[in-house]
Amino acid sequence: MTQPALSIPQLPPLAARALRRLPLTPLSFSLTAYARRIAKHHPGLFRRLGEFDHTRFVIDPTDLPFVIEMQPNGGQPKIKVVRGSGQGEARIAGPLAGLLGLVHGAYDGDALFFSRDLVIEGDTSAALALRNAIDDAELDLSAEVAQISGPLAAPLQKALSFIENRTGVSLSRQDELEVW
Amino acid sequence: MEIVCPAGTPAALRAAVKAGAHTIYCGFADETNARNFPGLNFDREEMREGIAFAHQHGSKVLIAINTFPRAGSEAIWHRAVSDAESCGADAVILADIGLLDYAARNHPGLRRHLSVQAAAANADVVNFYASEFGVKRVVLPRVLSVPEIAAINADTEVETEVFVFGGLCVMAEGRCSLSSYATGRSPNMNGVCSPASHVEYHDEGGVLDAKLGGYTIHRVGKEESAPYPTLCKGCFTAGGKEGHLFEDPVSLNAEKLIPQLDKAGVTALKIEGRQRSRSYVAQVVKNFRAAVDALDAGLPMPEGMLARLSEGGAMTTGAYKKTWR
Repeated sequence: MTQPALSIPQLPPLAARALRRLPLTPLSFSLTAYARRIAKHHPGLFRRLGEFDHTRFVIDPTDLPFVIEMQPNGGQPKIKVVRGSGQGEARIAGPLAGLLGLVHGAYDGDALFFSRDLVIEGDTSAALALRNAIDDAELDLSAEVAQISGPLAAPLQKALSFIENRTGVSLSRQDELEVW
Repeated sequence: MEIVCPAGTPAALRAAVKAGAHTIYCGFADETNARNFPGLNFDREEMREGIAFAHQHGSKVLIAINTFPRAGSEAIWHRAVSDAESCGADAVILADIGLLDYAARNHPGLRRHLSVQAAAANADVVNFYASEFGVKRVVLPRVLSVPEIAAINADTEVETEVFVFGGLCVMAEGRCSLSSYATGRSPNMNGVCSPASHVEYHDEGGVLDAKLGGYTIHRVGKEESAPYPTLCKGCFTAGGKEGHLFEDPVSLNAEKLIPQLDKAGVTALKIEGRQRSRSYVAQVVKNFRAAVDALDAGLPMPEGMLARLSEGGAMTTGAYKKTWR
């Protein structure tokens, strides 16, 4: 008995085209600051990476016009957004919604991999360690954004929640019992 | 019946408890357990906290110390048994006969289960482990049919636990060295079958090559499911024919056999997958808990929705129905 793959939302091509004009240097700085904040709140994530805590990862949201080079750097992560294929020891590629869903516990990594929604290349051990560490960290990216948004936190969370409901893209931590 | 669920991380353990697991099994983050994968498992403090959390919610925790100690390094395995007891584990799952003897002599109050890695597949050997080492439960290998399981239960007082969902090992577990031939590492000695450190994937225009230790084990087209390259589920060419020599890359799903396993005298149903996410654990536990609750209430088995979580997206009832070639 075989079942169809999950349906994962794709970023509309129009939105992807609009993102081509995004200035990548300020985006890289912002994402690095954001990742360091997460690192401060979730030191266990980097501990769980073990020998891979200095590995260079390429996160490739296949429906975006850029990739993310991420170095955990022993708990002081560095993020660089680049066009092209990027450079690193391990590459994890899939639709943005799939990658966000993995972070938030909406999807199972192996299930996405078996269904070819997720592609791993390079150092498979490093990719697995990252996936397992993130799964254990129980991250909520929307909550992390809200915490640095001061008085805008409440309306921002409302907006993110609206987008989440409209698009089906997991932008916040999911209750494991409610997903699927 | 008791549902025994996997947890590779503290988050997965909490998810399993919240989803209604009666019992959770997990391991220390070292070579003492047969799922020694990167980013997985528990340090001592995490184990202590995880067990406390499970106990607060009425669930039990079993610690798998089910690899075979290396001569000269037994202290690593002895320490794991001792730490399991001090962390508050409800039982340890052991495979090695020497370690069973050590645990029985030095930790008599710590309940002992026999791991599937011991490959105990008949009542005589099960009774031997019970009489010599006080084993209270045995995890049966995934090569027995339901009538064979019933026959074992008829001849032993030891509790039996069987796999009902997840990865399907078709070999004599604890005896299989196939992984060693391609990688030098095996589940028995190193806690890893087909270790990720030796796995490579290459995607060329949608054609995916899955390699183990440099050998191509699978090549699948764009529309096919991605396989994990284990030798026993590899696709080989011999005598001009191409096919899966031992087994297709499918997962076990015996949810529909739960009533028959109950009648066969099985005590506990085990779910494989310590390497899977907390989301997987929660969903599988929820489904199997609903199934055993229905069984207890005399209601029909609920229809499952678990196939998409499986390897290859495909499922089998494995040896329980003996439809293998």
